[in-house]
Amino acid sequence: MQEYSVIGKPIPRVDAVEKVLGDAKFAADFSFPGMLWCKILRSPYAHARILNIDTSKAESLPGVKAVCTGKDFNGWTWGFMPQTRDEPPLAVGKVRYFAEAVAAVAAVDEETAEMATELIKVDYEELPGVFDPEEAMKPGAPAIHDYVENNQSWEFHMDYGDVEKAFAESDIVREDRFQTGKVITGYLEPPAAIAMYDANGITLWGAKQSPYFVYRHLAACFNLPLNKIRIIQPFVGAGFGGTKNDSVAGDFCSVLFSKWTGRPVKFVYSMEEVLTTARRRHNMIIHSKMGMKKDGTILALQQKIIAEGGAYTAIGPLTMYLTGAMTTLPYKLPNFRHDAYRIFTNNPVSAAMRGHGVTHTRFAAEVQMDMMAEELGIDAMDIRFKNAVKAPHETINRVTVKSCGLTEGLETLKNTDTWKRRGKASASGRGVGLAAASYLGGARQLGHQSCAALLRLCEDGTVNYLTGATDCGQGSDTVLVQMVAEELGLRMEDVNIKRVDTAVTPCDPGSYGSRVTILAGAAAVKAAQDIKGQLAEFAAREWKVQPEEIMFRDRKAFIKSRPDQSMPFGKLAKIACYSGSGAVIMGRGYSRYGLERYDWDKGLGNPGTSYSFTAQLAEVQVDLETGVSRCEETILAHDCGRPLNPINVHSQNHGGTIQGLGQTLYEEFLMDEGKTRNPTLTHYKMPLSTDVPRVEVIDILTDDPDGPFGAKEASEGCIVSTPPAVVSALKDATGIWFKTLPVTPEKIYWALQEKKKQTKDK
Amino acid sequence: MKQIEVTVNGKLEKIEVRPSETLLEVIRERLHLTGAKEGCGVGECGACTVIMDGLTVNSCLILAVEADGKSVVTVEGVGSREKLNPVQEAFVEHGGMQCGFCTPGMIVSGTYLLEKNPRPTEDQIREGIAGNFCRCTGYTNIIESIEAAAGKMSEGGES
Repeated sequence: MQEYSVIGKPIPRVDAVEKVLGDAKFAADFSFPGMLWCKILRSPYAHARILNIDTSKAESLPGVKAVCTGKDFNGWTWGFMPQTRDEPPLAVGKVRYFAEAVAAVAAVDEETAEMATELIKVDYEELPGVFDPEEAMKPGAPAIHDYVENNQSWEFHMDYGDVEKAFAESDIVREDRFQTGKVITGYLEPPAAIAMYDANGITLWGAKQSPYFVYRHLAACFNLPLNKIRIIQPFVGAGFGGTKNDSVAGDFCSVLFSKWTGRPVKFVYSMEEVLTTARRRHNMIIHSKMGMKKDGTILALQQKIIAEGGAYTAIGPLTMYLTGAMTTLPYKLPNFRHDAYRIFTNNPVSAAMRGHGVTHTRFAAEVQMDMMAEELGIDAMDIRFKNAVKAPHETINRVTVKSCGLTEGLETLKNTDTWKRRGKASASGRGVGLAAASYLGGARQLGHQSCAALLRLCEDGTVNYLTGATDCGQGSDTVLVQMVAEELGLRMEDVNIKRVDTAVTPCDPGSYGSRVTILAGAAAVKAAQDIKGQLAEFAAREWKVQPEEIMFRDRKAFIKSRPDQSMPFGKLAKIACYSGSGAVIMGRGYSRYGLERYDWDKGLGNPGTSYSFTAQLAEVQVDLETGVSRCEETILAHDCGRPLNPINVHSQNHGGTIQGLGQTLYEEFLMDEGKTRNPTLTHYKMPLSTDVPRVEVIDILTDDPDGPFGAKEASEGCIVSTPPAVVSALKDATGIWFKTLPVTPEKIYWALQEKKKQTKDK
Repeated sequence: MKQIEVTVNGKLEKIEVRPSETLLEVIRERLHLTGAKEGCGVGECGACTVIMDGLTVNSCLILAVEADGKSVVTVEGVGSREKLNPVQEAFVEHGGMQCGFCTPGMIVSGTYLLEKNPRPTEDQIREGIAGNFCRCTGYTNIIESIEAAAGKMSEGGES
């Protein structure tokens, strides 16, 4: 293994000092002279026709500068694909979910803007709503979009091998219905932005996880060329997919108001707006049928998915793709059929969230496999050893695995004291569970795919690094700087990374699908190599050797065969920059892998560049009287290829695990005819420090050939493995399999009561 | 409007406030100390935590007029770029943050905790930051950071 100077080291984050001082500026921390405040009026109905909007009273309130409604956007709508552009900035004609944005006000201060929204009079004709996907699919259900039959937003099918034949050949076949919960990403920073529209076009300082999405949306909405759209990235208070990948009503309205008034316009959503209107994870019903040989070999899996889409399509088609295409990992699966239906309802919109698409189907398949193993008398560890893929591997839908640490991860967990406590609970309510998962990194999509990097060498030997990739908290700025510094033989402080400014940084798809380390990282490495190549020419000239002879390390350039012959990097930079007119040293790089297309219609090919593998143990304590459960311990054996910054990678995994734990035991929106009954952090219960254990992460090193420095994704895998691991632990503790998430104390209590009754009846 | 006198990070400020204005608004919008954040605005998330007269409070729940005559310490007042306090130092070294939005509140709560209890147990640390919600880290590295700060401070005390 090559010795690195910064890669693989627990280096502090490049933004750590700013953050602990409170100096890191987030979107809501900015304000400009003459700035107006934008507030949104939201619908009091989940499904209603808009008959009339009277804005006159709001307009005449002193301090109000402008009011806009849906018609001011001239029929423009947006969406993930050309055929799914079904979402207007503000509702037009009708509202399709409760609290959908209907109108907006710009005023001199926040209070006035808020007051003015209450003066807008909207006449509605309430329409019957539909709030359950299985109801919405039925003929005759209220139609949410006129052009759609049976409220079917999207469908996706895969059929590989011969499931019917395989079921016939199986020793046991089992069918179950699983259900996942209505949950949300849960970032703490509400969406916020300041918009400025002037002769230069649009400038938006926005809390965006993937600013180049918004860049394209604003260009299309305001009919401007892309070179007039400038999204500037403040620090971002986390994303986790969904809302912060997309634009929100506030973005469009603030830009429009700035266009009208010539003044900067700011909006900041409230947490209630976040919890009632922001993108949620799709909740899904999974009908799963698995066939298995007596020895535990999985022969076939057939799954039918009904996913609640909410009122608009958003990125839902990709969710449907991933629920299927990724089910063929992490176990060998020779026959697979997948039928997924995304259904519109009058609930808030479902979209991507960490572990996108995969959490649902892996939860179902993992638990079902365990149920069957139990029927066959096979240990949960052994059934995983039996079926785990090993690299190299190609799945039946041609997903190619070049590195895989799953078996090693399982071996590692098998030897822990925690695993040895499995099955020892008897009446104590203690239980240990196991699960595994794989997740894609370096996600591909059908449109723009490549990441790029630009490095500008300064004459003192320091480097400015421009990337289009966004660090929304995951720590990518740090790991990207590590890569540049490593490659150039510099120190962390010699490389200054600039946050995204779409007028300056190279275009980037976005921070989703665990793509930044892998793809923006590859670009960074190549850009650094470009700089090295140029500098080597100058050094070679000085020393009269071949450029290939020049190496860079410890802030020095030297000759490979004569390491004593060296020159400070800064001196070489000066020589190069002063060598003559036009001597501007810039490095360019772009990612090349991940470019081959996959078959979007059939689920065939690689949805990612590489695949992480996670094996996880969870230990729970259940109060057998009350049903209250708690996760007391959890250990991940995690193959991310190579952790380029162990602190960062572990912290990502801690966070993903606890987010997954919240969604397994605690979190769930309580919906009532489209209204969210728990739109507060007290009642939508995300874990606090007192609710959770420490998360232990054991790195399984596999050095993926396609990762920069061997790296693969981290933390989307563990949000997938946590729910089945915890459910498996609950089974060990209570003897009961839970198939519906979240597994709340009420569910556990009633299941225990039922079990007692059945035992008595026997 | 009412004039209040409040000492913020050691400096006496005289400010005209509206009756409905919160301490958080005064800190962020009048004094331009934007370290404290508004996450939920209703006292649930702790992103706006400051120390007022020796107690941690959610500044979004304190009316500005209630802060009249009080002394307030914000994240800007617990350490400086030249000299981070031990909790800040430990958060940097042990990765006690990701997105950083909860961090100012965590730093204030962590600093306050160690002032009151220099050698907390893990459970006491968890209690000490139970009013500060973090979605990114799962709390593990935050707890390790506070433990490390406590360790360093007690070493310092012994030497």
